[in-house]
Amino acid sequence: MSLSITLMINGTQRTVDLDDPRVTLLDLLRERLDLTGTKKGCDRGQCGACTVLLDGRRINSCLALAVSQDGAEVLTIEGLTQGEALHPVQAAFIAHDAFQCGFCTPGQIMSAVGLIQEGWAADDPERVREGMSGNLCRCGAYRGITEAVVEAQRSLAQAERKEAA
Amino acid sequence: MNRFDYVRPATVSEAVAAAGVPGSAYLAGGTNLLDLMKGGIVSPQRLIDVSRLPGLDRIEPLPDGGVRIGACVRNADLAYDPTVSKCFPAVAEALLSGASAQLRNAATVGGNLLQRTRCAYFYDPASACNKRQLGSGCDARGGENRLYAVLGWSQSCIATHPSDFCVPLAALDAMVEIEGQAGRREVALEDFHLLPGVTPERESVLAPGELVVAVRLPGAATRFATHARYLKLRERTSYAFAVVSAAACLHIEDEVIAEARLAFGGVAAKPWRARAAEAALAEARPSGDNAFKIELAWRIVVRALALAAAGTPERVPALPASPFAPGGALHD
Repeated sequence: MSLSITLMINGTQRTVDLDDPRVTLLDLLRERLDLTGTKKGCDRGQCGACTVLLDGRRINSCLALAVSQDGAEVLTIEGLTQGEALHPVQAAFIAHDAFQCGFCTPGQIMSAVGLIQEGWAADDPERVREGMSGNLCRCGAYRGITEAVVEAQRSLAQAERKEAA
Repeated sequence: MNRFDYVRPATVSEAVAAAGVPGSAYLAGGTNLLDLMKGGIVSPQRLIDVSRLPGLDRIEPLPDGGVRIGACVRNADLAYDPTVSKCFPAVAEALLSGASAQLRNAATVGGNLLQRTRCAYFYDPASACNKRQLGSGCDARGGENRLYAVLGWSQSCIATHPSDFCVPLAALDAMVEIEGQAGRREVALEDFHLLPGVTPERESVLAPGELVVAVRLPGAATRFATHARYLKLRERTSYAFAVVSAAACLHIEDEVIAEARLAFGGVAAKPWRARAAEAALAEARPSGDNAFKIELAWRIVVRALALAAAGTPERVPALPASPFAPGGALHD
């Protein structure tokens, strides 16, 4: 059985023929499209390393069947930069030492981008910690991650205010 | 993961017809089903993708002041829906205390009702589990069972239903709308899940092929909106299932409690509506090394009722449903 799906991935339309419906969105990105920035940690929805934005919302790509997402827009860590310029969340992660080994970092960053867009945590560290609880960091860089997300939220909100003015 | 066929019907009736084939399973958010399939716990031969069926993604107001929630509404969309947050705040708080933000963006209402227990022995194919393989026994009974049921359990199964969302639904008299080949029917959420008895593999009243299409919250439940809480004790602060939880909803008139609603999570194979809280808990008995949960259930009731009486907070607290967080404690 061949199943053809079309996804808009990081702004580029990609059509993929799946020979098997078992392929997850995570495996499609990593194994078929060579987008290995998204990481496979637990592969069971517990660690958040595979977080991507699907139609603008953060999800665990390991628990999404690719075939079920036909027509969706996907944003991965590879699509976050504007040319050479880092996304404010990426810059804040560097500024606040928000990682050590880096394995969970793409998922942390995509989750933070999703959280900031959702808007309910704002710059409240308690809500940021709660909002990021689906992303585990075995190095324990949580303090830096929280600071980075709070700062990125502030700088994005400021940029938005400037744009509005 | 086993091989399977994938079909995506265009309508509810097509989906129900497709599910007539034995070995079929409905797929919506996939957050529980794919996990179970990866672990080899379930192996459906055919997945029927219902995630885009028209009409199932809507939250609609009802003439009586209640809401009808389509089965494919995502947990996050429901929790942040302005009507739900305002009129049924315990539902919003329960949803936001469950899983992670990523999972809440994918998981659906119907899937939440039908999610499987997180009993470790159910999840371990090397263990005996009557739910997974009827007649094989229950390794949880003599194993690590401190988190399992204290109400309604049987010799064959001591698993709990893990949902937070279902707990306030039970307290608020929610109804479940079901579509099958014989047509549409509805059952009270409180009667939707089954206790294990000698048939722990049967977890709900759904007949094979039946599909949950919506959950309704009645308008009468809005009278609890100003005094409603969901409280959940976990082994870590966030992103964990309930050890025990409680939804407490009070209708207060002239400073008197005119009506109280109470339901427990984490204590049984279904959300446990405590119509007579004292009588219900008097029946509780440990299924293993978990007598502490009976005491804990008492305490969470007292705390949840006291918090509900103090009033629903303006906004769901930073740590939803936590008794330790600001907005969760009685005196911040």
